[in-house]
Amino acid sequence: MSSITKAEDQYMRKKLRRKPSKFELDVISAEWSEHCSYKSSKKFIRKFPNQSKYVLQGVASDAALLDIGRGYVLAVHIESHNHPSAVEPYGGSATGVGGVIRDILSLGTRPIAILNALRFAPIDHISERQSQKSRWLLRNVTKGIADYGNCIGIPTVGGEMEFDSGFSNYCLVDVAAIGISKRNKIVPNTSNLGDVVLLVGGETGRDGIHGSSFASKELNSEDRSAVQIPDPFTEKLLIEGLLEAVDKGLIKAMKDLGGGGLSCCLSEISVMLSKGLEIDISKIHVKEDGMSPSEIMISESQERMLVVTSQKESKNLLKVLEKYNLRYSIIGSVKGKKNLVIRDRGKVIMNMPSLFICRAPLIDRRSAAPKSRSVKPVPQFGMRPTDIANNILQLLGNPNIAGKEWIYQQFDYDVGIRTTLKPGEADSSVISLENGKFLAIKLDGNSKQCNFDPYQGTLNVLSEVCRNIVSTGGNPVAIFDHLQFGSPERPEIFWAFKQTVQAIIDYCTFMDLPVVGGKVSFYNETSEGPIKHSPVIGAIGLIDRSEWIMQPGVSSDESIFIIGNTKDEMGGSEFYEATGNKENGRIPTVDLNVDRLNSKAVLKLIRGNVVRSLHDCSKGGLAISLCEMAMAGENGLQVYLDRVPNTCSTIYDLIFSESPSRYVVGTDDSDGVHRILSAIDGLKYSEIGTATSKGSDAILYHTKMGGPVTLSHKSMVRSYGRLGTIMEQNSLS
Amino acid sequence: MVRVGVLVFPGSNCERDVQTVLTQYAGIEPELIWHTKIDLGKYDAFVIPGGFTYGDSLRAGAIAAHSPVIEQLKKMAKQNVPILGICNGFQILVESDLLPGALTTNSSLKFVCKRANLVVENNTTPFTSLFKRGEVISIPVAHGQGRYINDIESFRKLKRNKQILFRYIDENINGSMNDVAAVCNEQGNVVGMMPHPERAVALRGRLKVHDSRERLIFESLRASLSDH
Repeated sequence: MSSITKAEDQYMRKKLRRKPSKFELDVISAEWSEHCSYKSSKKFIRKFPNQSKYVLQGVASDAALLDIGRGYVLAVHIESHNHPSAVEPYGGSATGVGGVIRDILSLGTRPIAILNALRFAPIDHISERQSQKSRWLLRNVTKGIADYGNCIGIPTVGGEMEFDSGFSNYCLVDVAAIGISKRNKIVPNTSNLGDVVLLVGGETGRDGIHGSSFASKELNSEDRSAVQIPDPFTEKLLIEGLLEAVDKGLIKAMKDLGGGGLSCCLSEISVMLSKGLEIDISKIHVKEDGMSPSEIMISESQERMLVVTSQKESKNLLKVLEKYNLRYSIIGSVKGKKNLVIRDRGKVIMNMPSLFICRAPLIDRRSAAPKSRSVKPVPQFGMRPTDIANNILQLLGNPNIAGKEWIYQQFDYDVGIRTTLKPGEADSSVISLENGKFLAIKLDGNSKQCNFDPYQGTLNVLSEVCRNIVSTGGNPVAIFDHLQFGSPERPEIFWAFKQTVQAIIDYCTFMDLPVVGGKVSFYNETSEGPIKHSPVIGAIGLIDRSEWIMQPGVSSDESIFIIGNTKDEMGGSEFYEATGNKENGRIPTVDLNVDRLNSKAVLKLIRGNVVRSLHDCSKGGLAISLCEMAMAGENGLQVYLDRVPNTCSTIYDLIFSESPSRYVVGTDDSDGVHRILSAIDGLKYSEIGTATSKGSDAILYHTKMGGPVTLSHKSMVRSYGRLGTIMEQNSLS
Repeated sequence: MVRVGVLVFPGSNCERDVQTVLTQYAGIEPELIWHTKIDLGKYDAFVIPGGFTYGDSLRAGAIAAHSPVIEQLKKMAKQNVPILGICNGFQILVESDLLPGALTTNSSLKFVCKRANLVVENNTTPFTSLFKRGEVISIPVAHGQGRYINDIESFRKLKRNKQILFRYIDENINGSMNDVAAVCNEQGNVVGMMPHPERAVALRGRLKVHDSRERLIFESLRASLSDH
């Protein structure tokens, strides 16, 4: 089966000046799929800024490496397995973890942490059949990621989730991983004539055939043959065996096999090395007999790595592989002429320039902005303090906001003893690094806002993820992204993709942040249509000292400040979505200057040693931030909302608006905070309240409310635990 | 000089964590022993760390329990050498009959990662000698098969011989019989525990320091080894 378009076919015949064989067509088909070739998106994502003092220069690899000081480098990758997970959530998500870990391993770095970003249709509140399906997906995706990550001994340190009806009968499963290594130990990715090429790891079989072309068309039926099967034990052996080999200098180049299997891997590594490869596929260790050459080339069997070593070191490499009982086959060698030559039992069945295979002709997609939506009138909400309190509690219990303990307690987040801030503990995950510094890392997304306005929505996601880094004391140093959309053949979807790319370029250029890795995933559609535009953005920050690591729990008697302005920006907010006002309001807009000013102010406070607790405002607005700080610290608080800098029309806007660039700071040195903040020109901030005693209520005051809004610690915790309650009550579905 | 060996099997995950903590907090520099090495004579104590040896195939710890190095370890155990099995290490010790009982799936049927509060019941083994009986410590757990079970008669014997070392309090994380979190053999030199003491040690960062008393597991070992 070939997915070559008519135009691509013509291009091929013109360039090759002959008709390709069926085998060659299958190989090219795999590499020219959208998933592998980026033929629709490459032209645009090339423009991402990717330089900074932290980005290592002169490295030959698919993604950038970060220089984090004292001789250490960091690699980051993100990947998704949306289509497979929607069909078989356990295997799909588990193999997603496997794939991204092998990406990290390819560079010779040791994987040290995993994060995930998951999107499902709601697990409650819509049709019972739909909710049941979502719960089933969530349950099995969690178990898939847990079983795989736990078995290979890499901590899953953080995650992010979004529930939206736009994901019915579908799910987005993003997995990110980071790896660390000493600069002088990374795989050099150079090679010489005569170097030996091996395939290491799991056997090649018929599982996962057409996985990448599967991912490049809409999901129409339950196509089980295209789902890959996970084997984390083999992955663990790959990690330990290959890292031992890297440490001994036995590996010259390495690449994992992912989408498109050998077809993509061989052509891409050949181009990266600027050398040719001659491979005999009959030498490959296989799961079953009788596989056709095409099946072998496009199989996506998991846990396989392509390794290049010198003839001189090959014996030593094999010794290491045998120590770990890793299966391998010596499949070929490196040649001078930059062709990919494939043999089957000695007979040549393909001989083509690697560059030709790798460089699919780019496609110019049409793009067209959708008709602008009319802004619907703003609804009225109950103004009594009890109404407001109930609305806050309901929002706390909304699965988009509620605590995610039910999920993250299934992940081993402690293995490796680096995890300093654990899942659920603070705004981003923080792990310790070998060089004495700490790394903050977070993933964020907001499909609701990105669907309203992909440009502004993406700016909001960027602002939020960087804010989450700053909220744990981190200085953001790099961005990575996963851009997920419906079919690029729809002009309004392609327009949204371009808007998203522009937002990333604009934000990262302004903030001096390089984009060090990322992927684009199109064709996320089901029979109900395309998903909402879902760019997932990751950020990495560095924290130089342990005293600068911040967390949100307020302690008794701390003074509470807010930095930033709150406006009527309820469009795409959790509160409006939850109350059936999906089409109402304006979505938040990011002022880049204010965003940078506010973040720098917070970092200044931290360096000035005056911050005791810290939390950003995002989903659910200020009300949720304050409740979360109270619950985390197990202390009450009293906040005077009149003192919050704002231009809001109503109380509801004030407490639930998701205006960006805002932070809530707890301090035991309010004079110190005033001194530092008042010296910052143009900064909007205010002292708004105090934390009270252990177990007390959270109380919000405002002159326009009839009386104080009181939330007991017990009621907040009960609401916040709602996601776990839903999943436990429905444990059989 | 004290020599402590940390066994490493295909699939072990926590050997480096154990090595780091023993080095930084107990002044012991343990050696990692790859499972194919079967001459264990020169070591004074052993730790079998956590992980998913052999991918937890068949049952957790079942395959490692039948490896040649464990056969050698049994000889060491007879000679009263202190042996500590942590998490998967505990599973390997029960599968190889070096410890009584069995470890099966958590009653929640889910993997659980969280801090557990434990009460110290026995302070006479080489790994618990510096604790006070009845004191409460807090150690992270991370396992899917940590529910300790045994038949009634064997259980009575365990209690009589004071072979239960730690029990869960406040919350029985996995449904273990009698809230058992750690046991030892009759001789008192082989100890198995589901919680991960190496993780209880000070996090490398600020925040609440959870380490304090939990380090005594390793310091007790050093104390008992230097008594020789």
